[in-house]
Amino acid sequence: MTESVETREGLDYYRPWPYDQRPRIEWPGGARIALWVAPNIEVYELNPPANAYRTPWPYPFPAVPGYSIRDYGNRVGHMRQMRLLDKYGIRGSISLSSALIDHHPEIIELCKEREWEFFSHGIYNTRYTYGLTEDQERSLIQDSIDSIRRATGEAPVGYLAPALSHSEQTIDLWAEAGGIYTCDLFHDDQPTPIDVRSGKPFVSIPYSLELNDTIAYVVNKVEPRRYGQMIKDAFDRLYAEGATSGTVMCIPTHNYQVSTPHRLRAFEEALEYITGHPDVWVTTGREIAEHYLANHYDAALASIDAVNGGPR
Amino acid sequence: MAWTTPAASGPLDYPNRHYGNDHDRYEWSMLTDRPPLTWPEGDGLAVVVVVPLQFFPLNPTGRPVKVQGNMTMPYPDLRHYTLRDYGNRVGVHRVLSALDAASVVPTFAVNTRLFEREPLLRDRIVARGDEIMCHSWSMDTPHAGGLDEADERELVQRSVGRLRELTGAPVRGWLSPGKLNSPNTPDLIAAEGIEYFCDWVNDEVPYRWNVASGELWSMPLSTEISDTFTLIDNLHSEESWADQVCDAADLLHAEASEQGGRVLSLTLTPWLLGQPHRVKHLERVLDHVTALPGVWSTSASSVIDSARAQVSG
Repeated sequence: MTESVETREGLDYYRPWPYDQRPRIEWPGGARIALWVAPNIEVYELNPPANAYRTPWPYPFPAVPGYSIRDYGNRVGHMRQMRLLDKYGIRGSISLSSALIDHHPEIIELCKEREWEFFSHGIYNTRYTYGLTEDQERSLIQDSIDSIRRATGEAPVGYLAPALSHSEQTIDLWAEAGGIYTCDLFHDDQPTPIDVRSGKPFVSIPYSLELNDTIAYVVNKVEPRRYGQMIKDAFDRLYAEGATSGTVMCIPTHNYQVSTPHRLRAFEEALEYITGHPDVWVTTGREIAEHYLANHYDAALASIDAVNGGPR
Repeated sequence: MAWTTPAASGPLDYPNRHYGNDHDRYEWSMLTDRPPLTWPEGDGLAVVVVVPLQFFPLNPTGRPVKVQGNMTMPYPDLRHYTLRDYGNRVGVHRVLSALDAASVVPTFAVNTRLFEREPLLRDRIVARGDEIMCHSWSMDTPHAGGLDEADERELVQRSVGRLRELTGAPVRGWLSPGKLNSPNTPDLIAAEGIEYFCDWVNDEVPYRWNVASGELWSMPLSTEISDTFTLIDNLHSEESWADQVCDAADLLHAEASEQGGRVLSLTLTPWLLGQPHRVKHLERVLDHVTALPGVWSTSASSVIDSARAQVSG
């Protein structure tokens, strides 16, 4: 692409807000920490359209290595991860490629039975936001909302852009479509009010990219047992800090990563460790967002204004 | 047969958004929705060990794509050529000693050109009587998109046909270099009488493919716990590789006892695991796996035969 694009130096979704100068968050039941597990349940196309900004597969059609391991996730891995979450009393918050509703409805039914949360992760993880007009991105978002509402009876309120591909409008469009939270910002360990152009109450919910299994295993090439230890270590620190502040911990997973036979044990040990602690609110992204908006959002705005010397 | 996975006309057009896969080469189903498999021996965990015997030419073309392990230095790359050759001279014997000591059966995946060049190795392998499958002509003949169909047909015919001549073995299985396929690979190998291939890592047990002629099954062969992926791609330690395989074996063993037959599929690359500092970690893995009760150590085709008999009725 040779066209020039107007870019900005930085983001202005949120303002400075020092971690140690915030009002305390009270989680339900007096919990110190809100824990949520976010399985990404995705569909990758074998023959996706070309995108000028990002190439879906590293090989020409058919890209067997990448496609087939992701197919493994839905054929084999999903059930394995779901049974593990059942065992530890965890409801997943699904980051859903909405086309999975059409391709693999069996998985949707299993998750509905368990009252898991469904949030939007676009249509396919091979369809990127890059290059879409604002109207096209709005259509993509609305398609995902309508699809999830038809399948589950409830519209999703959270968004993780497909394949973490964003535009400058992504978060604004999600808020305007009825969303209340985003998973696309990695700037904090607590919920954060987000300034969207519509002025609607809207929050960022921590979704740890560092603990995301694909980032850990594929990008950072972490060994499975070390990944389990990383999760435990993150929990220990957030649990300790949460005693006085109220923290959020997210474990984002993929059924083709964490559910493979050589990795599940390390993940299970981490879940067993975490759920063995008292004062952990094991919940969903939506419940965290709703609780925060209802109980802490206004105080957060006031605190942010105060530390910044007034409203923006 | 053609792939029915039409291209989208634009970024919001989804021509394959329907029930099942976005192509028709195999059926969509979740593993747990299928009738459980039982193996003819043991309690449910089959162990299939694939030992690739590979030839990396000193003058690779790198077309249509370059497969891992090929030459990387300016010609002549003595360094990588001889490191790969190490596997066929030394490493393979070390790996086989470990397998034989543990009474674990190998299935060989052979680059046909290697057995033309190395009759001493060929005769040793053939004399063992273990299964031999075809691994294409060499590690410089990837079956990737961009390969002309007629050229690929000739390549498959030459690789499979010559390997049968050289070994007298039936050669029922196939492993593509780098587990890459062109759109035509499954049909072309099935046309040569290949009954199973190990390229698609999307299941834990065999399942059937739709091909233009013959009958083709997919054999699970994990990339994720292969030695090359763990040690080279991820730069994990040998200890970690062994831990990962042992953890995988434990999980599949437990799952098999509850849900039916599973396959622990290992790739043991002689030029990598056969190095003197690595083979003891293989021995630890073999000790661990063979100590699991009810394990069935067998060839890839034995697992295929058993699955085919049960699924096809």
